[in-house]
Amino acid sequence: MLTDRRSFTEHDRDMTSRNVLHFPEYEAKLETARMKSREAEGVITGEAEIDGHPVCIFSMDANFMMGSMGSVVGEKITRLFEYATARHLPVIGVTVSGGARMQEGMLSLMQMSKVSAAVKRHGKAGNLYIVLLTDPTTGGVDASFAMQGDITLAEPGARVGFAGPRVIEKSLNQALPKDFQRAERVLSCGFIDAIVQRSEQRAVLAKLLKLHERTAR
Amino acid sequence: MEDYEVVLNARGEGRLTANDYITRLVPDFIEFHGDRLYGDDSAVVAGIGTLLNMPVTVIGIEKGKTTEERIRHNFGSAHPEGYRKALRLMKQAEKFRRPVLCLVDTAGAFCGIDAEEHGQGRAIAENLLEMADLKTPILSVVLGEGGSGGALALSHSDRIWMMEDAYFSVVSPESCANILWKTTEKAKDAAEVLCLTAAKLQNLGLIDRICPKDDIKKLGTDIRSEFELLLEMPVNDLLEQRYRKFRRVGY
Repeated sequence: MLTDRRSFTEHDRDMTSRNVLHFPEYEAKLETARMKSREAEGVITGEAEIDGHPVCIFSMDANFMMGSMGSVVGEKITRLFEYATARHLPVIGVTVSGGARMQEGMLSLMQMSKVSAAVKRHGKAGNLYIVLLTDPTTGGVDASFAMQGDITLAEPGARVGFAGPRVIEKSLNQALPKDFQRAERVLSCGFIDAIVQRSEQRAVLAKLLKLHERTAR
Repeated sequence: MEDYEVVLNARGEGRLTANDYITRLVPDFIEFHGDRLYGDDSAVVAGIGTLLNMPVTVIGIEKGKTTEERIRHNFGSAHPEGYRKALRLMKQAEKFRRPVLCLVDTAGAFCGIDAEEHGQGRAIAENLLEMADLKTPILSVVLGEGGSGGALALSHSDRIWMMEDAYFSVVSPESCANILWKTTEKAKDAAEVLCLTAAKLQNLGLIDRICPKDDIKKLGTDIRSEFELLLEMPVNDLLEQRYRKFRRVGY
């Protein structure tokens, strides 16, 4: 939807999760997620063009175990950043996630560190990273690569936050403000650059990419 | 000891907290306050001093012991201001090429309205990003609780060590059981499968050393010699090694 017709080439399509920790019921959950999402894992990565501008792009999938980040999600995104760094390509990241994937324990938590290090290298080399936050982007993804973009866009009304609202409500024993963790509120708190309607996203991305085009020196 | 007992024990009273370690490891410690942006978070105790004659920056998450102390330190759950103070002092350490010692002991980053609206996620994300490129050695020791992202935010380090009776987990066993099996009574089973003890994490290759408890003197000499080793490395090699350390996690 965001990319030019027929321009998308997927990376690492066949990479699938293994139950390294022998976590109960994990295989069955993965199977259900594959059926539901019709994808092999919780993120699609690859390269494409947006209005003729070459980009690397990843898009997380809410239908795959709530967009949770396990080792494969972390690995695919890390590889994408490394690929983009080597070729001086911008990265567009469309996030949606409930956080780290419990079934992979600390291996999933440390994906936050792994991806962050790759984001840092990509940025240090002068490359552009644009994040598009969609509903909901929470937990370990919010606390890592969703909040590391040069430019941070969000969909209207998207929930963006670290802790789940029920957790906060329970621990504070008080009702939360109505717009709490909604993109509009998060923007007024200072953490989002702009809120962009779905119908406008492609045009806005194209404009931002054009503004960052590398000119011959 | 069963894994869930390790968790309960790590939360228990009568344990040494970050301040105890700081007092013994860095007797001339001088505390610095504030993130220079908004406030000062007492859950994070940070400053400089000498560890066996070596100038170091120390950043610890302090839980407190008495009720009064616990309230003052917010039970060891940091706000974004705490992570930003930590990052400020890490950048200062980088400037003077002082090694950074992080003492991690937290159930997790604080969950609250203010914490969210001041950017808890962004604060942790920024630490991960900047620590990946900090041009001075970083060593983290998990003293008791390594609670998820709030602990990870001080653990993007060249070396991650754990006390033998500490734990480090993506989620608390209670929350895990509640989400997966709709009951916190299965926390014991959750603790078992989450692989959160020092021994299991070392087997997975996620931590570098298990430190015997009750021997702070040895801990001090071990940290000191590790820092010497890391300081000898050319900065580019140090950063490359740090990148590789996290690059190989999982898959």
